[in-house]
Amino acid sequence: MGMAQELHVLAVDDSLVDRKVIERLLKISCCKVTAVESGRRALQYLGLDGEKSSMGIDGLKVNLILTDYSMPGMTGYELLKKIKESSALSKIPVVIMSSEKILPRIDRCLEEGAEEFLLKPVKLSDVKRLRDFILRGEGDDDKLTDKKIKEACSRKRKFQDDSTTQVTAHDIESSPESSASSESQQQKQSKIG
Amino acid sequence: MNRLLALLFHQGVLDEQFLQLQQLQDESSPNFVSEVVNIYFQESEKLLRNLRSLLMDREFSDYKKMGVHLNQFIGSSSSIGAKRVRNVCVAFRVASEQNNRLGCLRALELLEHEYCYLKNKLHELFQIEQQRLLAAAVRYPVQQH
Repeated sequence: MGMAQELHVLAVDDSLVDRKVIERLLKISCCKVTAVESGRRALQYLGLDGEKSSMGIDGLKVNLILTDYSMPGMTGYELLKKIKESSALSKIPVVIMSSEKILPRIDRCLEEGAEEFLLKPVKLSDVKRLRDFILRGEGDDDKLTDKKIKEACSRKRKFQDDSTTQVTAHDIESSPESSASSESQQQKQSKIG
Repeated sequence: MNRLLALLFHQGVLDEQFLQLQQLQDESSPNFVSEVVNIYFQESEKLLRNLRSLLMDREFSDYKKMGVHLNQFIGSSSSIGAKRVRNVCVAFRVASEQNNRLGCLRALELLEHEYCYLKNKLHELFQIEQQRLLAAAVRYPVQQH
């Protein structure tokens, strides 16, 4: 398991403006970024045949896939499905971004195994929290998977607080064991907004 | 924040997302904002041309295609904090969903107007910033190693 502190993120978005912004957000958050314009390109980069596991073409393991939802050709949801159906790629966390807050869409993505759903425009604070969460999870995949299955139906968004209140110290705790309690705190907070 | 930027905020032309972009600019990426905005201009003008040619076509009926263009425009506008342009696009989309051709034409006119205003003001903003940098460089010339 790659223990490097620098995450390699594969960003997928058909909008050049958004690719540029997300690339910058990720670089500032000390992530290596590969940005592609479509789901198809993303799968190509990841090696559809799965032989190279989660290695990108340049041989670097992909730690996170951040994809837009609305894209021509293959939507972010379809890309998510393909990734989760692949034995080689299914362990890579996938986060979906969208400029529209459509609850059935969000539920569908989370049920399909998306780690999180971010509303655009994505902020630096979202990326930083995402990075911290993934970094913590990198050494502990099985625990995260069990947790995910349990929470699939009632999951609330963990990172983005779209209320005006600042997310406080109840934010994600440092160890996976205690993140269950902090998550319910997080849920309460996002309901308050 | 300079006076022009404050005015644009006050008018609702720009929102906090524009400030976010400015925060992403630093010595390692000193032209980030203008680079992103220039890409936005290119993409937007393409979208506006597409929207206009769709509506000018007397046989026009492809509201779905118009919706796709509008979604792109809404997305990129919100990504750079172009709030008023974004809002006009949203209203435009409503007219499109209602297959309201006249409403779409009106919305397009308004959109072109708002976009022009935004583009002019952002150019002005960048000019002000350039002048400020130049003035600072003259006062504090960079030492040659």
